[in-house]
Amino acid sequence: MKLWRKPFDYADKATARGHVYIDNDRCKGCGYCVEFCPREVLKMGTELSPKGYNLAFVEDEDKCLACGFCEVICPEFAITVSTDGNDNRAS
Amino acid sequence: MTEKQGLVGEFFINGDVACAEGAISAGCRFFAGYPITPATETAERMSLRLPQVDGVYIQMEDEIASMNAVLGASWAGVKAMTTTSGPGFSLMMENLGLGVMLETPCVLVNIQRAGPSTGLPTLAGQQDMMQARWGSHGSYEIIALSPSSPQEIFDLTITAFDLSEKYRVPVLVMSDEVVGHMSEKVVMRQVAPESLITRRRPEVEPEEYLPYGTDSSLIPPMAVAGEGYRFHVTGLTHDERGYPVMTAEAQDRLIRRLVDKIRLNKADIIRYKEIQVEDADVIVCAYGITTRIAQFAVKLARDKGIRAGLLQLITIWPFAEEHIRELSSQAKAFVVPEINYGQIVLEVERCAGDRARAILVPHMGGGVHSPEAILEAIQEAAR
Amino acid sequence: MTGTVNEEDASIAKYLRQDRMPHIWCSGCGIGPVLGCFLRAIDRAEIDPDKLAVISGIGCTGRVAGYVKLDSFHTTHGRAIPFATGLKLANPELKVVVFSGDGDLVAIGGNHLIHAARRNIDMTVICVNNFNYGMTGGQVGPTAPFEARTTTTPYGNFEFPFNLPYLTCASGASYVARWTVLHIRQLDTAIAEALTKPGFSFIEVIAPCPPVYGRMNKEPEGTDSLHYYQERSVVRNGADPKDADIDLNGPIVVGKFVDRQRPTLWDNLNQVVSKAKERATAKAKV
Repeated sequence: MKLWRKPFDYADKATARGHVYIDNDRCKGCGYCVEFCPREVLKMGTELSPKGYNLAFVEDEDKCLACGFCEVICPEFAITVSTDGNDNRAS
Repeated sequence: MTEKQGLVGEFFINGDVACAEGAISAGCRFFAGYPITPATETAERMSLRLPQVDGVYIQMEDEIASMNAVLGASWAGVKAMTTTSGPGFSLMMENLGLGVMLETPCVLVNIQRAGPSTGLPTLAGQQDMMQARWGSHGSYEIIALSPSSPQEIFDLTITAFDLSEKYRVPVLVMSDEVVGHMSEKVVMRQVAPESLITRRRPEVEPEEYLPYGTDSSLIPPMAVAGEGYRFHVTGLTHDERGYPVMTAEAQDRLIRRLVDKIRLNKADIIRYKEIQVEDADVIVCAYGITTRIAQFAVKLARDKGIRAGLLQLITIWPFAEEHIRELSSQAKAFVVPEINYGQIVLEVERCAGDRARAILVPHMGGGVHSPEAILEAIQEAAR
Repeated sequence: MTGTVNEEDASIAKYLRQDRMPHIWCSGCGIGPVLGCFLRAIDRAEIDPDKLAVISGIGCTGRVAGYVKLDSFHTTHGRAIPFATGLKLANPELKVVVFSGDGDLVAIGGNHLIHAARRNIDMTVICVNNFNYGMTGGQVGPTAPFEARTTTTPYGNFEFPFNLPYLTCASGASYVARWTVLHIRQLDTAIAEALTKPGFSFIEVIAPCPPVYGRMNKEPEGTDSLHYYQERSVVRNGADPKDADIDLNGPIVVGKFVDRQRPTLWDNLNQVVSKAKERATAKAKV
């Protein structure tokens, strides 16, 4: 959203960035992470898992804000999101 | 008022109450049951006594819940029991199987009445004897004891707890309405807690513990909930880790062990009493209340010059096969009085083979045999 | 980055039997997310995992017990609650959680459910409601909406379903909530609350069952079910449970419906027994 001025504490706050790890042995291609990621970080791919499921993959990790929704909604415990506290504005 | 141990002394009580007191002397501190004639007095006695010994009594919503609550309590490390009669016994069958599968020590008392179905709620039967052995689905082995008096039900309830803890299997006490409702002198001995058997505990750290890993005894040490062992147990066929394994191989291993742990220990489990059997031509093979009438019939037969003897089966299951086989080469016949139309007689017949006859003296239920009916059969057998 | 999961990062990994992963549930099954909530709730509610026992029944949700690295019991169909009752009464220090499905808890186990709620025994019951008997292929259950298609209602379900919040509230539960799998964050909070709250807590979680119930009821993909929840669910905390009926055409009312204080079974038992002991001691002194 467009701000008409910067928040006063803009310099003190840093948005988290996330790293998303998907375990390909566990992913069953349900698509929940893709469908409900608020930033469209993940996509369904054409690569198949060893069990024959279409795998989800991280398309654009730079957009990830580490909300963790993919991790909690994944039925397979296949996703882990870790943060490193980077300031998103640096890029 | 608070007595943390069982009562000690001589009491004039009925079998149902004696059973409850036997359980308390054995260390039972949890009872979950449902009222059913003629077992209700045991539940009532337990509801009175358990709070006195810091135990818990709960009346569950049905017999199915009762059996499950008993299993749960046992898995929390507490000796647990329920009592019922025929209709409740049938309801408990599925979860008796769960007890067998999970290898849960507990005691289930059936104060039998005449059936089938609602039958004669207030009158005797010995009609669930085969059901005791085969009532649950699946291939398994069980232990069942049969007392013939309030004194015996007191003593055998203690034995039942010991056997169930030792072999990690539910043990059945198959009594009947007459024993349950008759009042007689019961001598309650002092039972030292150290003299009681309690399930073997794990001797390894939680990370190394296998819920169903055994040594040559075939009986796994039992961890209980809340001690940090983090075990998983399931009614599905499982392996030593307790995890479900859906294969024929796992089934073979498991079933053989569950059955063999009982079968290979028959010498320890099988109990019986013999009166004048050493020179007997005709052996009356009885159990439960019928033993007492049979004893008198044997006396009458001896008075008439017939060499009769009495074999009281105390352990019904596993059945005393070897002993019957042995006796069948000595005696010419077994007379089997039972308050049913033929159940244990089938086992006697099977074991006696063609060496000795097995003659059933049935009573359909609602009363006990007359000594004359048994005497007649003895006389017929002696001919 | 896609690769292998870094297990030290996931706090719930220590509560999962990693040697049994991946689990048997279908792609898109709702049970996994609910299990994740429960596992996060253990630390959140500061429960001692060594004192936590999970008891389940038969069905897909019943398999939860096999995946948790806690003392767990996979019991017979419908009988998880009485088993848990025995565990709890024999060792009141245990925290018992019953984790099972709608068929197991409400059909065959219905009687035990209402009695446990009536007694207000200190226990948390998590009921994963996917409106059918999933494991056996999708037969109708007592929570299937009117006119739903299942394998045993090929012409449409001709029975009214239970309203579980209403049922458990009326039976005496201290805490009753319903969420869908999509409301995963609220579910996190709800389970943590239920675990710490004394008394009978019941949480119903509406969950997708894509290959069976979903396929037969116009939700062929799990994402269809989640979108259905997104469109139809209405959060009404504190709503009267009698308004929480679920119907194919209506809203799914979710929220925390009941959160009340009632003495637990153990409180009552202790009260009655200690009064009796006092009377007896007083009598003995006379």
